[in-house]
Amino acid sequence: MPKLRMRQAVAQALEDAMAEDPSVILMGEDIAAAGGAFKATEGLLEKFGPMRVRDTPISEMGFLGAAVGAAVSGLRPVVEMMFVDFTAVALDQLVIEAAKMRYLSRGRLEVPLVLRASAGAGLGFGCQHSQMADQWFRATPGLKLAVASGPQNAYGLLRAAVRDPDPVVVLEPRALYGQRDEVETGEAGIVPLGQARRASQGEDVTLVALGQMVDVALEAVARASWSADVIDLQTLVPWDRTAVEESVRRTRRLVVVEEAPWSGGWGTEVTDHVCGALFGELLAPPVRVTTPDVPVPYSGKLEGRWLPDAGYVVQQVDELLRTGRRPQPWWTEI
Amino acid sequence: MGPEGVGGRQLERRRALAEPVGVYRRMVEIRFVEQQIQVLYEQGHVRGSTHLCIGQEAVSVGVARAARVSDGVTCTYRGHGMALALGVSVEEVLGEVAGRTTGCAGGLGGSMHLSGEAVGLLPTFAIVGAGLPVAAGVALAAQVKGTGAAAVAVFGDGSANIGAFHETLNLAAIWKLPVVFVCENNLYGEYSRINLTTPLEDLAERAAAYRIPGTVVDGQDVDAVSSAVSAALGRARAGEGPSLLEMKTYRYSGHSRSDPATYRPAGELEQWQERDPIDLYAGQLATSGVAGRQELDVVRQEVQQAVANACELVLASPEPPVEEMFRHVLATRALVAREAR
Repeated sequence: MPKLRMRQAVAQALEDAMAEDPSVILMGEDIAAAGGAFKATEGLLEKFGPMRVRDTPISEMGFLGAAVGAAVSGLRPVVEMMFVDFTAVALDQLVIEAAKMRYLSRGRLEVPLVLRASAGAGLGFGCQHSQMADQWFRATPGLKLAVASGPQNAYGLLRAAVRDPDPVVVLEPRALYGQRDEVETGEAGIVPLGQARRASQGEDVTLVALGQMVDVALEAVARASWSADVIDLQTLVPWDRTAVEESVRRTRRLVVVEEAPWSGGWGTEVTDHVCGALFGELLAPPVRVTTPDVPVPYSGKLEGRWLPDAGYVVQQVDELLRTGRRPQPWWTEI
Repeated sequence: MGPEGVGGRQLERRRALAEPVGVYRRMVEIRFVEQQIQVLYEQGHVRGSTHLCIGQEAVSVGVARAARVSDGVTCTYRGHGMALALGVSVEEVLGEVAGRTTGCAGGLGGSMHLSGEAVGLLPTFAIVGAGLPVAAGVALAAQVKGTGAAAVAVFGDGSANIGAFHETLNLAAIWKLPVVFVCENNLYGEYSRINLTTPLEDLAERAAAYRIPGTVVDGQDVDAVSSAVSAALGRARAGEGPSLLEMKTYRYSGHSRSDPATYRPAGELEQWQERDPIDLYAGQLATSGVAGRQELDVVRQEVQQAVANACELVLASPEPPVEEMFRHVLATRALVAREAR
């Protein structure tokens, strides 16, 4: 298996998808001649030419809308949003148009569109270029949402998204683009949407994570005195309830590790579901390890505090196991 | 009737526009349907809002006559006329407005979301300006696949001040997309007259900023509309890129069903009614000897009766079954059910 950086895995997925299906086209700012701001589309212009690999003006509403129109007309556009934050100025086309086209046409039209975007904190881009923004997408019926946690599922989720008949948002944690690992490509490397992955196996607690928090959870397990199942959800819409239930039924404790705000983060969905489905089987209340409800700070020291890290996860789980009660988040002491 | 039956009927209705009397008939039909919708609203059969296009019939029918069925069309929530013109049937339009199974979206869309994919009409857009980039995308697909098809974006003057308009004209210009932008300038963006919102009278001038042709067209003259659209489509198909056509027209009613349009200056409506698109075309047909007044009167009566019959059929048809709302959210119904578990 080739060793690829995550950005190369993305480019490989796009190359394989375009070779497989001539209706796949790429659009985005600086994705063609420059190979992408994060080099996730490098070499594709040379391989597939300017008709299928298109640099766009800085017009997110315009080109995302054009992708919607192209998708209903038989193409499979993959749009790169350089920073997911920029989707804000194009949101109508995704959540109001693309997400409702199948519904309004009663299935006569479909929108096989992929929006892939770099996302998340950790690199000092400041509060307008560091959000995950998953909450903009996951409350909209008609969309799917996947989040990569490394080179393998960056490849596999994107391949699945391109083949999917519905609009799919794929978030690529920007801080992971340089991460290098062996990547299974081709059919065997495809990661079906809606399926979680167990990244480690243990007894005492289930850690549910996503994106760059998967590595944080794994690092916490490596340091801890307890053992844990680490479930990488991989897809947020639809998320794999079965995998989470199966694990929590065994460990009887749930901790969600999120790069998401305390209020309304995606983990609320997970804890709500588990409370409803496994009430009475839990040994302790579910815990969410999240970011505080504030914008992402620029200072390296503050951004490092803002993002959950392994030490914080260990501390929260330690306290949960010791007391059987839900620990307070760190910022309540400030 | 299955989807193929519906599509076949829509195509047949579209072909009827090849004849001048067919054009007249369709404009009259749009007028009667809009009046019927007003009545249905007053009777409590229409929920939410509805937006009539009485006075603008020549634009809808002119565009439909010029476009091919393989060309994609995007249109606004003031779209009853455009849907009928393109070939969607009276039952499908009234049924959708009344939220019945006979509607083109089975009663799940409503007045603002009419569609007829067999004749190129994407579900009409209820967000101002949203249809423009989508039309550019339809054109992009035609360009990439080399199908020879084109796209038409129909939108109001209010759209000319939203970002999507400018982004799309720019994008279509640099990519030379086969798309025609048809602006229905009826002088009012919702309740505000254009001079209060826009620093120029002729929106076609905005084409110059994107180095594409911009033309002012008499939107009350159906022949003028279809000639202008045909020429622009010809240019688009020849690979010469997009055009902006500004149709000067007027809506006789307010913005939506709740708007009495008291903001209009006295006499403005009457002045436009003197150049009513249907009367104007009837006069042209009579003068050129294509159809006499008497023949057109018969057409008028036939259409009036047909609309009344369709309305009766619609009101006798049921509201959609509850399970319909769970269909067509995503490709796999199971996924929706699983999500809702």
